[in-house]
Amino acid sequence: MAEILSLNAVSFSYTPDEPEKRKAVDTVSFSIQRGEWIAIVGHNGSGKSTMAKLMNGLLVPTEGDIRFNQEVLTEHNLWDVRSQMGMVFQNPDNQFVGATVQDDVAFALENNGVPFEEMVGRVHEALQQVRMDGFLDHEPHHLSGGQKQRVAIAGALALRPKLLILDESTSMLDPQGRQEVLQTVMQLREETGLTVISITHDLEEAMLADRVLFMNDGKKHAEGTPEQIFALGDELTALGLDLPFAYKLSRLLQENGVALQGQHLTEEELVNDIWTSNFNK
Amino acid sequence: MMEKMIFGRFIPGESFVHKLDPRAKLLFVFAFIVIVFIANNALTYGLLVAFTLVVILMSRIKPYFLINGLKPVLFLMIFTFLIHILFTKEGDLLFELGFVKVYEEGLRQGIFISLRFLVLVFMTTILTLTTSPISITDGLEVLLNPLKKVKFPVHELALMMSIALRFIPTLMDETDKIMKAQMARGSDLSAGSLKDRIKAVVPLLVPLFVSAFKRAEDLATAMEVRGYKGGEGRTRYRQLKWQLKDTLILVFLVVFAAGLWMLRG
Amino acid sequence: MDIKLQQVAYAYAQGTPFEKRALFDVNLAITSGTYQAIIGHTGSGKSTVLQHFNALLRPTAGQVVLGSRVIEAGKKQKNLKEVRQKVGIVFQFPEHQLFEETVLKDIMFGPMNFGVSAEQAEKRARELITLVGLPDSVLEKSPFDLSGGQMRRVAIAGVLAMQPDVIVLDEPTAGLDPRGQREIMDMFYALHKERGLTTILVTHSMEDAARYADEIAIMHEGRCVLSGTPTALFSDVERLRQYRLEVPRLVAFQHKIEQLIGQKFPELSLTEEQFAKQLAAITKAGERL
Repeated sequence: MAEILSLNAVSFSYTPDEPEKRKAVDTVSFSIQRGEWIAIVGHNGSGKSTMAKLMNGLLVPTEGDIRFNQEVLTEHNLWDVRSQMGMVFQNPDNQFVGATVQDDVAFALENNGVPFEEMVGRVHEALQQVRMDGFLDHEPHHLSGGQKQRVAIAGALALRPKLLILDESTSMLDPQGRQEVLQTVMQLREETGLTVISITHDLEEAMLADRVLFMNDGKKHAEGTPEQIFALGDELTALGLDLPFAYKLSRLLQENGVALQGQHLTEEELVNDIWTSNFNK
Repeated sequence: MMEKMIFGRFIPGESFVHKLDPRAKLLFVFAFIVIVFIANNALTYGLLVAFTLVVILMSRIKPYFLINGLKPVLFLMIFTFLIHILFTKEGDLLFELGFVKVYEEGLRQGIFISLRFLVLVFMTTILTLTTSPISITDGLEVLLNPLKKVKFPVHELALMMSIALRFIPTLMDETDKIMKAQMARGSDLSAGSLKDRIKAVVPLLVPLFVSAFKRAEDLATAMEVRGYKGGEGRTRYRQLKWQLKDTLILVFLVVFAAGLWMLRG
Repeated sequence: MDIKLQQVAYAYAQGTPFEKRALFDVNLAITSGTYQAIIGHTGSGKSTVLQHFNALLRPTAGQVVLGSRVIEAGKKQKNLKEVRQKVGIVFQFPEHQLFEETVLKDIMFGPMNFGVSAEQAEKRARELITLVGLPDSVLEKSPFDLSGGQMRRVAIAGVLAMQPDVIVLDEPTAGLDPRGQREIMDMFYALHKERGLTTILVTHSMEDAARYADEIAIMHEGRCVLSGTPTALFSDVERLRQYRLEVPRLVAFQHKIEQLIGQKFPELSLTEEQFAKQLAAITKAGERL
């Protein structure tokens, strides 16, 4: 696997003149390989959104560097890198630029000077990928939050990016919208092998990732597979996060004296364990 | 009240008028605004009214809806009518009511000016009712394109307009929401002295501004991430198609104007 | 204060081509002191219903009874302030309503509109800031210098400062991180329990409704289609599916275990603790055999 993006000892402070204040991002290093799905989790204010802004050059690190395809991100290659990196933000309304769905999807293509004939094909293709091709001429205020976010994903996909960054893209959605967006991303990964970074405090979303980066107070607190991260247990809850449903339940059951082999991340494992440890003797 | 107002609104449809190129419609309306001033007697004014009626029929917008929606503007029209009647003192005295004296010329002027006002309002309303705001923006951008040579920021202006249009419904919803939130906290926008009312606007305006700035900031970020760096080197997704019928209606308008010119008194 | 909606219908922009009917024949009775949840998908009409609870919207047909006041369709209403003081609404993303120079002034805004003295209002603000989990020191700060989560708490304090009899919550935890969500929900539950505050929670979350509510009403396409206790509603999985709603995850999990072991639990678990206790009891009984 080839590395697509890496942060090398990156620090960032919103107030560089006041060194006594806590840095928003403090010497963080990590790398992501092509085709991986990484979740960056942490409570609000843990520095995770600042990381997203650093990754595509909206902010410039005060220390350390960021590499995209092994190349250090600088002013010179910034626009080129951005064209290979799609980003979807939190508020569905505030990133819808076009008057209609298809105009919005075309926006990045127009900016990159793609000729009209090619744009039409790409817009339709991108909308098909997020299953919004039936909404070409809809205006944003007639769409649900989940639909708007899918359009935003299509807007990113139209440029055929190598990497998609979801910056809390599901946090303002209702459960249905959240489901729609996550389904779309999962399906995209299957079909195209897209690399995904999702910044989130939603656990179900983090569990879909290959690897989880757990941020606290601007520092990388832990990194590992979802299993490894959720095994931190109380450490997670103490730092403002929640535990997955099955995991919480396994612990409660054990505390109440129900025999179990261990603690589980998925419902299926828990059901099996309840059965084998208690009823199938 | 706001809900009933249709001035500046767009009603999607499939009529002949709907399907015209926005550039043709814009040129048509601009030209019409000038042509209206050719009329100066009963015959030419009659033709103008008839012409407007034909356009309304062709747009397939319900007349009841048009009249209902334009009621606030009708008030203005009546006002101009009265002004003319009261202040023009030429021609024969028609009748007298106390200190009010109505002269023939006053009545004539009043009717003509009101009619002129009426056809202008109807024609521009038909334009906005049958053309989506974004098409109007597109049309304007193309029509103003020659001004780029004198460094006039045509692209930026068009982008500003289209974003403004895109955010109008969002901001309307937001205004409604904040207004209700403050009303729920006992703020009253509709009662009290003028001073009280002005004071009651602050809790509405401050949050609106704060949120508008936040939206602008988010939008700027989203646009930058999607590679927006000004009009240079951009291609256009929205394409306009000029068809034969667009040429024809403009030709027809010229013929109509020539006719009016010959029939004016 | 009891609240009753009787055959309430509501249409936005009534009498124009843009008319949009949002509610049809909604009937709902909320007894004083109840924790009532209202659940439905986006567009089900639940946000429209909630604005009837303090006459921000008035029904286009039917009537709304708010304590001793009757808000009837088509009748002019005077002095709605007294109703609004009794029913506080925490709107979705309430931090958007902050506007004053300082947090203190913003919390005092509501009560002072209802004629409470500045002294009294300030006293309330000082009490409430602790209740919503913020340090006293924020009172002198500008609300716009706070984090999103802190702003939300200030806005909530601003509504509570009116000392309403009924509090209506519209997705009060949307966008917060898990800890913030839990803290806010627990705070409202404590208020409900300790002060007997009638609480109406409008939400998408079956989990929150199961955990906190005494009564649940389900909205679907502008009608109130189901209502009852959480246990009663969640026993009928099929019925909920008709309205594209799922029972809470825990309830579904209990159904799964019940099927697996071929034995019903004594009651439907609304909290994880309840589930753990019941399963523990069952396994212990199994051991004794």
